[in-house]
Amino acid sequence: MYIFAFMRMRPWQRVAFIFGVVLGTLALTTTLQAHSRQRARWSPKERALLRSLSLASQGPMPEDPSNRYADDDAAAHLGHLLFFDTRLSRTGTVSCASCHVPEKNFQDGLRVGRGVGDGSRRTMPIAGTAHSSWYFWDGRADSQWAQALGPLENPVEHGGDRTQYARTMAREYRAEYESIFGPLPSLAGVPAHAAPVAASGSEAAWARLPVGTRDDISRVYANIGKAIAAYERRIDFAPTRFDDYVAAELASASQSPASGFTADEEAGLRLFIGNASCVNCHNGPQFTDNHFHNTGVRRDSEPSPDSGRSAGVVKALAGEFSCTSRYSDSRPGDCAELRFAVAEGAELVRAYKPPSLRNVVGRAPYMHAGQLASLDDVLQHYSDAPSAAIGHSELKALHLSAGERRQIMAFLGTLTGPLTAPSGFLTAPTRN
Amino acid sequence: MRPSFRFTARHRSVAIALVALIAGCTAFAQAPRDLDYSRTRASQTGLYRGTIRPAGDSIPQGKMQSWSLHLETAAGAPVDSATISVDGGMPKHGHGLPTKPQVTRSLGNGDHFVEGIKFNMGGWWVVKFHVSAAAGSDSLVFNISL
Ligand code: HEC
Ligand code: HEC
Ligand SMILES: [Cu+2]
Repeated sequence: MYIFAFMRMRPWQRVAFIFGVVLGTLALTTTLQAHSRQRARWSPKERALLRSLSLASQGPMPEDPSNRYADDDAAAHLGHLLFFDTRLSRTGTVSCASCHVPEKNFQDGLRVGRGVGDGSRRTMPIAGTAHSSWYFWDGRADSQWAQALGPLENPVEHGGDRTQYARTMAREYRAEYESIFGPLPSLAGVPAHAAPVAASGSEAAWARLPVGTRDDISRVYANIGKAIAAYERRIDFAPTRFDDYVAAELASASQSPASGFTADEEAGLRLFIGNASCVNCHNGPQFTDNHFHNTGVRRDSEPSPDSGRSAGVVKALAGEFSCTSRYSDSRPGDCAELRFAVAEGAELVRAYKPPSLRNVVGRAPYMHAGQLASLDDVLQHYSDAPSAAIGHSELKALHLSAGERRQIMAFLGTLTGPLTAPSGFLTAPTRN
Repeated sequence: MRPSFRFTARHRSVAIALVALIAGCTAFAQAPRDLDYSRTRASQTGLYRGTIRPAGDSIPQGKMQSWSLHLETAAGAPVDSATISVDGGMPKHGHGLPTKPQVTRSLGNGDHFVEGIKFNMGGWWVVKFHVSAAAGSDSLVFNISL
């Protein structure tokens, strides 16, 4: 609309227009620059913001009312075994840990995940995700346990099916399973492969099963997810130099050498929570708002059109294992995220969940399909804010100088630290 | 009849330059300074008065929350029977609310239970209640600062 108005202007009108924009922007940028040069202490408002980003403000692990086994230690122990078990795949070669590699921050360093086939999106980090309300880049699952059931039946990830997995549980994990979830159903007469997954080759066999048998098998399947979630939920980020810095600042202590930031790191933090507005979307102790944003990250070629949250929310609402499904342990009144989800609208088109920025340094490539090879590229992206190929980008160009980009990267480096988990959970289990 | 003022090309270009100047200045700017953040406000054409009551003293960021909305007529009579829809967003960021809040039930005495409210970032938010009741249709607009 504005473009058309501009094109209809006479030349001198255009000059007046451009002059106005330039003058306005100039007035603004000079004030911005004057601001960023000084290295003042933090204002009360900034201190509140710093506090909100610190792990110390995270509070207790949020409950998952849809998974009554979430805080059961035996379930977490079983989930640990299952997370690393390659028998939970069509080929016997893929486990969750094939892509979510513990030594690599539970990621794989690839542009897109590779299981029994090539995936279409990048493997996401796992630590701290119990604090999230939506899972996957597009939020198509609304709990950790519902999420876990996605890859298991995804033809290019684990590639197996729930009937196969129920058999695996009966054969390999009967005692553990039954002590937590109660007796396994009889699988006599049930075919080796059956699942309600389109084009998997096993959907016809599934359709032939009696409804009760299908329900029994799906319940075992849901419980596999609940055990894995009980394991995953115990993996979180440990405090880093950033958290130490905030603690020292809030205690008004002069910066101790252990927690002190370099001038670059501090300037980067100031940009992050200030003029660069990163904190709009990367907020809270996990540095994500757990919502969905189109940030105009383009993709040259994609296996199938990816509309991001637009499609994700539809899948979440229809989810076979959602918070409101028959396999959920929730009570009426729970599941607010699902019940009050925005289900349509232009803002959802190609919108993705911002991943946590903790441990972001050293886990290249970045973005939902690994489009950006380095943090340099990421900062250049935020500096330029290219328009989105599909939908509308929420970003405004920041025009960051090389120095400012370096400062923000230096700050991101202060978010690097170890993970916390119960003993043994960060490595492969010793059984099997 | 001849209009007394004709909007000429020259007027237009001056107006455009002015708008552009303001746009350039405010592109990244914060919320306007003189916003009314009170929790009790009159509706836009004055038919109703509404009071929002968040669960705690301060409104949390990033948490699903429920509020109550107290609704009364301009004369002060509580309004129980009303159809109320909710929307809003961040005017400076050009986006809506991250959730779709709903008024799920009337609590009596003009109070209404609003569920599914969430604010996913700090800054200036607007929450609007579109009320349709016996006295007519009107909107209540609340400014929230997080
Ligand atoms: C083939 C590689 C691969 C395997 C195997 C795999 N994942 Fe993933 N994981 C991914 C990819 C890729 C995504 C993002 C997919 C998307 O958004 O469409 C993802 C996303 C996730 C997320 C979402 C994190 C978030 O913040 O939303 C979790 C949790 C997760 N996987 C756990 C698991 C578990 C548990 C298993 C085993 C049952 C598993 N993954 C198996 C590649 C894999
Ligand atoms: C409008 C919301 C928004 C703002 C503002 C924003 N981000 Fe992001 N960020 C996202 C989203 C969404 C993604 C994932 C996008 C995708 O995969 O397509 C992301 C991804 C990232 C990643 C990659 C993480 C990964 O594992 O792939 C980094 C690093 C990052 N942002 C840093 C920043 C910095 C630094 C700033 C400020 C200069 C910033 N972000 C501002 C929403 C935002
Ligand atoms: Cu916003």
